[in-house]
Amino acid sequence: MSEEKAGLRGADVLLNALQSEGVDVLFGYPGGVLLPLYDALLDSPIRHVLSRHEQGAVFAADGYARVSGKVGVCLATSGPGATNIVTGVANAYMDSIPLVVMTGQVSTSSLGTDSFQEVDIIGITMPITKHSYLVKDPRDLPRIIKEAFFIARTGRPGPVLIDLPRDVLAKENVEPFPSEMKLKGYKVFGEGNNGKIEEVMKALSECRKPVLYAGGGVVTAGAEAVIRQLTEKANLPVVTTLMGIGSLPVGHPNLLGMVGMHGTVTANYAVDDCDLLIAVGVRFDDRVTSGLGHRFATKAKVIHIDIDPVEISKVVKTHIQIVGDARLVLEEMLDVFPGFTVPVVADWWSKLGVWKKDHALSYDLDRLTPQMVIESLGKFANDSTIITTDVGQHQMWVAQYYPTVNPRNYATSCGLGAMGYGLPAAVGAQIARPNDLVILITGDGSLQMSIQELATIAQNKLPIKIILLNNGVLGMVRQLQKIFCKERYNQIQLDGNPNFVKVAEAYGILGIQVDSAEQVQSALEAAIKHPGPVLVDVTISPDEAVLPFVPTGNEITDMIVR
Amino acid sequence: MLHTLAVLVENHPGVLIRVAGLFARRGYNIDSLTVCRTEDPDLSRMTIVVSGDEQVIEQVRNQLSKLVIVHTVTDLTEQSVVDRELALVRVEVSAETRSVVLQTVEVFRGRVVDMGRSNITVEITGDTAKIDAFVNAISPYGLLELVRTGKVAILRSEV
Repeated sequence: MSEEKAGLRGADVLLNALQSEGVDVLFGYPGGVLLPLYDALLDSPIRHVLSRHEQGAVFAADGYARVSGKVGVCLATSGPGATNIVTGVANAYMDSIPLVVMTGQVSTSSLGTDSFQEVDIIGITMPITKHSYLVKDPRDLPRIIKEAFFIARTGRPGPVLIDLPRDVLAKENVEPFPSEMKLKGYKVFGEGNNGKIEEVMKALSECRKPVLYAGGGVVTAGAEAVIRQLTEKANLPVVTTLMGIGSLPVGHPNLLGMVGMHGTVTANYAVDDCDLLIAVGVRFDDRVTSGLGHRFATKAKVIHIDIDPVEISKVVKTHIQIVGDARLVLEEMLDVFPGFTVPVVADWWSKLGVWKKDHALSYDLDRLTPQMVIESLGKFANDSTIITTDVGQHQMWVAQYYPTVNPRNYATSCGLGAMGYGLPAAVGAQIARPNDLVILITGDGSLQMSIQELATIAQNKLPIKIILLNNGVLGMVRQLQKIFCKERYNQIQLDGNPNFVKVAEAYGILGIQVDSAEQVQSALEAAIKHPGPVLVDVTISPDEAVLPFVPTGNEITDMIVR
Repeated sequence: MLHTLAVLVENHPGVLIRVAGLFARRGYNIDSLTVCRTEDPDLSRMTIVVSGDEQVIEQVRNQLSKLVIVHTVTDLTEQSVVDRELALVRVEVSAETRSVVLQTVEVFRGRVVDMGRSNITVEITGDTAKIDAFVNAISPYGLLELVRTGKVAILRSEV
């Protein structure tokens, strides 16, 4: 080996460090300052998936992370490449998704001079990253990469950004410093604090109307099995947030459904009426509380279990607080069970049973409805089928009608509500789990925010099934304008829509048109049987509404149901 | 009410903006902030005086602790501390007011550190209330310029 070959470039050091973290795929888009990195990538076993817009790359990394439980990694060049990933970083931050986001940067000597394609991406993303690094010395790369992955995946996960100046990547004969982490200021809470389990169990034993309220923290902690055991042992009713869907499999008798703005009547009534609310891995988001934290579960003693101390008492005043990992805390609760007096909840369940019966989710059966499409789709799904969605009405219908059994099979943009998420997230999901069926359920508004990623699907031959619920309008905004603006509709008509079947075909993707209820079953069957990617364009009425609906500012029991 | 937080942070570029940015976007009010390197050159100590009720202060402390560059956050408010502020005050003086101004400076144990034809500059240290009192006392004679450092504080040793 010649001497110059033996020397490592900064880019090699970076890729080696990524490999040590177990990274097998990067979602990215090249650019000028990243030339040294893309050159080094040719000699690295790490796979690179080229998106068609940097936002597609970061959303794909997010989808990859959600369905695999691993850290998603993406890469964008400096300037516009970096600003294009901002929405994706915010999305991951809001939903606590572990990402390592790398951006190219101009050379250190040009920093701060407004040079070509220079932006202060660290400054721009500071409020939406868990942490960030500007690498000035390539010898620091092993430590920084190790720290970045550690920070991204531990505690409350989130995105970590690493800004990589061109000269750092291009520097030759780098002799890296040890990768030993220097994170004295970083705290991770694991086991529950200060022996409050006894207090919790006492409250549980004495209550008569308990509700367990499960969110994304349950999924992050992998606490589904423990939730299920606890639920069954104490016969607890469970409500979930959008992030927590699948915490208890949809269809489990103890599940009351999603709580909040588009939650089930039973779930909202139950939270309002309960005398003990066990909140696990949730942040009392305004889509759950209707922005009325002070009027949420007012009859209940509230127990809040969360790994992030910042969430404790941020929105709702709670009575017992446990900072810790949801799984570890719930396991501690389970340990108490031998000899534990389970609460008497028979009366509570008969009340819940009446609500469940009187207020079951329902839709018209005499025509083609989005709910019917989603329920039909659910019949094709197996335990490993992955669903991704975009944002809007279809997202809520999926939350209400799709039988999610495992939260890792479900990727949707929750806290940020970013349209355009679904298609690239499906790409990431399919790359993470190539043998599982991946279905995107989207709308005609959302799809057009990331439609260029159809090329990523085509290039990588990803057999993703796209179910487009096409109503020709921005349905959620239209629904809001209908209610709040007295049907004064504005800018919701998507009259310039293309023929989506033809668009799919232009990318070499099979297109299927569905215009009637009778066609749904066979179209879905054909789509799933087809070995490659498919787009099913389902025409639905613009008048379909997401119900129930709690208008903003109403208490969560004050719902529009019909 | 005002709380004094001692915040131990890493000493490198970009740390101040992480702390200041957090206060800005969460809507917390900084009353004063001082920062300088500690005896350990890798660490800086910020003394932040912030106003808010118990719940706000709890949030501030938790949010600060969450920053990767923050090592510890200590609320000194309810604790026994020595705290000091330093002020440089330029005061107008004339033949008539010179002696009374100098007497006032003496009463507050200030020091004259610069003298011009029609004004003097006084250095004064003490807790916030003392500096406020001095400024009030001297203002009638013509306060020309005032620079204050903001509070620094340290826990009292156990006796």
